[in-house]
Amino acid sequence: MLATSPAFKQNATEALGNPSLQKALHRTRPQSSGKRAAAVAALPEFERLRDIGRDIKDHTLAHLDFYLETYADNVERAGGHVHWCSSADDARDAVLQICRRADARTVTKGKSMVSEELAINEHLEKHGITPIETDLGEYILQIRGEPPSHIIGPAFHLNREDWEESFRKVHTDLPADRVFHERRDIMTEARVLLREKFLAADVGITGANFLIAESGSSVIVTNEGNGDLTQTLPRVHIVLASIEKVVPTLEDATSLLRLLARSATGQDFSVYTTFSTGGRRPGDLDGPEEYHVVLVDNGRSGMVGTEFHDMLRCIRCAACMNHCPVYFAVGGHSYGWVYPGPMGSVLTPALIGIDKAANLPNASTFCGKCEGVCPVKIPLPKLMRHWREREFERHLTPAIARANLGLWAWFARRPALYRLATRAAAVGLGLMGGKRGRFTKLPFAGSWTDGRDLPAPEGDTFFARYAHAQRKAKP
Amino acid sequence: MSRQAILGAIRRGLRRGELPEDQKLGLRARLTAHPRHLIPARSQVPRPAQIALFIRNVEKEFGTVARVTDAAGIPPAVAEYLAAQNLPTAFAMAPHPELRSIPWDSRPLLHPREGRAEPTDLVSVQHGYAGIAETGTLMLPSSPERPTTLNLLCDTAIVVLRVSNVCGPYEDAWDRLRAEPGFMPRNVMLVTGPSRSADIESTLELGAHGPRRVHVILLDDDPAAIG
Repeated sequence: MLATSPAFKQNATEALGNPSLQKALHRTRPQSSGKRAAAVAALPEFERLRDIGRDIKDHTLAHLDFYLETYADNVERAGGHVHWCSSADDARDAVLQICRRADARTVTKGKSMVSEELAINEHLEKHGITPIETDLGEYILQIRGEPPSHIIGPAFHLNREDWEESFRKVHTDLPADRVFHERRDIMTEARVLLREKFLAADVGITGANFLIAESGSSVIVTNEGNGDLTQTLPRVHIVLASIEKVVPTLEDATSLLRLLARSATGQDFSVYTTFSTGGRRPGDLDGPEEYHVVLVDNGRSGMVGTEFHDMLRCIRCAACMNHCPVYFAVGGHSYGWVYPGPMGSVLTPALIGIDKAANLPNASTFCGKCEGVCPVKIPLPKLMRHWREREFERHLTPAIARANLGLWAWFARRPALYRLATRAAAVGLGLMGGKRGRFTKLPFAGSWTDGRDLPAPEGDTFFARYAHAQRKAKP
Repeated sequence: MSRQAILGAIRRGLRRGELPEDQKLGLRARLTAHPRHLIPARSQVPRPAQIALFIRNVEKEFGTVARVTDAAGIPPAVAEYLAAQNLPTAFAMAPHPELRSIPWDSRPLLHPREGRAEPTDLVSVQHGYAGIAETGTLMLPSSPERPTTLNLLCDTAIVVLRVSNVCGPYEDAWDRLRAEPGFMPRNVMLVTGPSRSADIESTLELGAHGPRRVHVILLDDDPAAIG
């Protein structure tokens, strides 16, 4: 997928002026944090489970080489095949080769963010194979030629009228004057049409939420059941999974599953949590004959042991974006690549390069909510700060910002002068603000005041107030 | 080769080579012991309360439950459910000995057909391997006697489950499965209620791609569980 992350600012401006997107965001924002909060409140052990989740992932990552080899050996033992792929190109080719050997004409697909990363659909189409997205949200995005805007609710940005319009345009076999009374009617139309595709497909491609080292299993978590139909009906099942998905045991996966659905959708457990291990066994009446795992690195091994190591704990629940004020202002497409929101602002620079994605770690208010809700306690604001440091080190920061930072640093190294200057600014701005206490226009602050008022400082600086309080407290 | 390249990059990141044998031994011991982590207290209750929790959670997730006292009660329970839902009386049934031994003949209008689910089947009857009270979840491992398509293809999925196979947490169900020959099965589905999606305007709707209804017939075979 081609990144438009360098154009984040322009994307964001357009998003703010897009009424359809803003309608979708306004509708969703109130529920997105409430559902999680209710599920968490119903499980008193949740906070302790977050520590356990973090520790399981940390243990696995510290021995990632061992667990990947164990996992791969156990996949082969169960009759499956593992294809190790360093790059996106390797992974695309591996998938294509498997499809070609299966003489595949159509391929059904479950939802997989790694497949977006690899742009697997374009690759298959280019070689004459038709991929069909089967997750309801991904299906409409495929029809509309749009990328997902959210990692678990890909069509987060669409409204009902968009669905109806696209279905009428594409499902031309159906009566043009049919009426969609409810959302369910839209879903039923997709269900009927996609059922035929499931039955006709030669290959099914799914992602994986977890890989289990002890048994060589891949795990998918869905509510629709599309992933299960995708991996059960065709003759060949391909699992696309990135290397950090592995965990040691079923018990480890189970503990993480207790966190996943609650953090993601506020469900206690998703409808279908399915463990797949190899292909059809003797006597089985159904299931795929071939089982392949395409194990994708694509930049992740380069994060191991760096300051971004903790990001590899991510279980892709989307809690961070569901609680992010920036995400809900500009939507997922503004981020310009596969992974939006706070987790994307950390992961995207690691996978496509900070030179292309420097805007993303800057698109944060550092309110810290993302870290507060992360089921595996990834310090997302800290990691975004590390990217800002790298950006500065590599001279990617715009000249004006660098100059201002230089000026600030000059003052910051002279504390007395710094205090004097900030105090003068605070008092001065406070006086200028007058009774109204806010500015609608201010020199050098146009990019702030264009969108909202700037509140005038009230009274003294923090330093001055603190010193005053200390003096008063002394007997 | 990619395998060596990936493992090498990971080891460089971790600032070490391949793990020494003694450390591998420790990790293998962890795999063999597969230790449990914190298990929520909610399902650690006496048997009758555990069964009640299971039923409550199935219903919370839009499933339905009928309780019968013996195998002879299953055909009437199935027949009544199908009639109440206005569904046909033919169904695809798992070729499992426990389901086979049910006296289906007592209801001659019922037409069980043993095998996997075919696209035209509207109703399936599956053998429930275990129930998990913690979240009202059914564990359905694949085997020749328990085809996976029965969990997926039909509009209505009926699952026959013995009360003695209802566990508290997932970990208890895993322990049972670990003790089976041929562990780990090709496919293990944990099913919690009927299929659904919230992809249209983030609003939950039932009946996406999988079954629109999940009905559990709970066979009371455990005196300790009857509260």
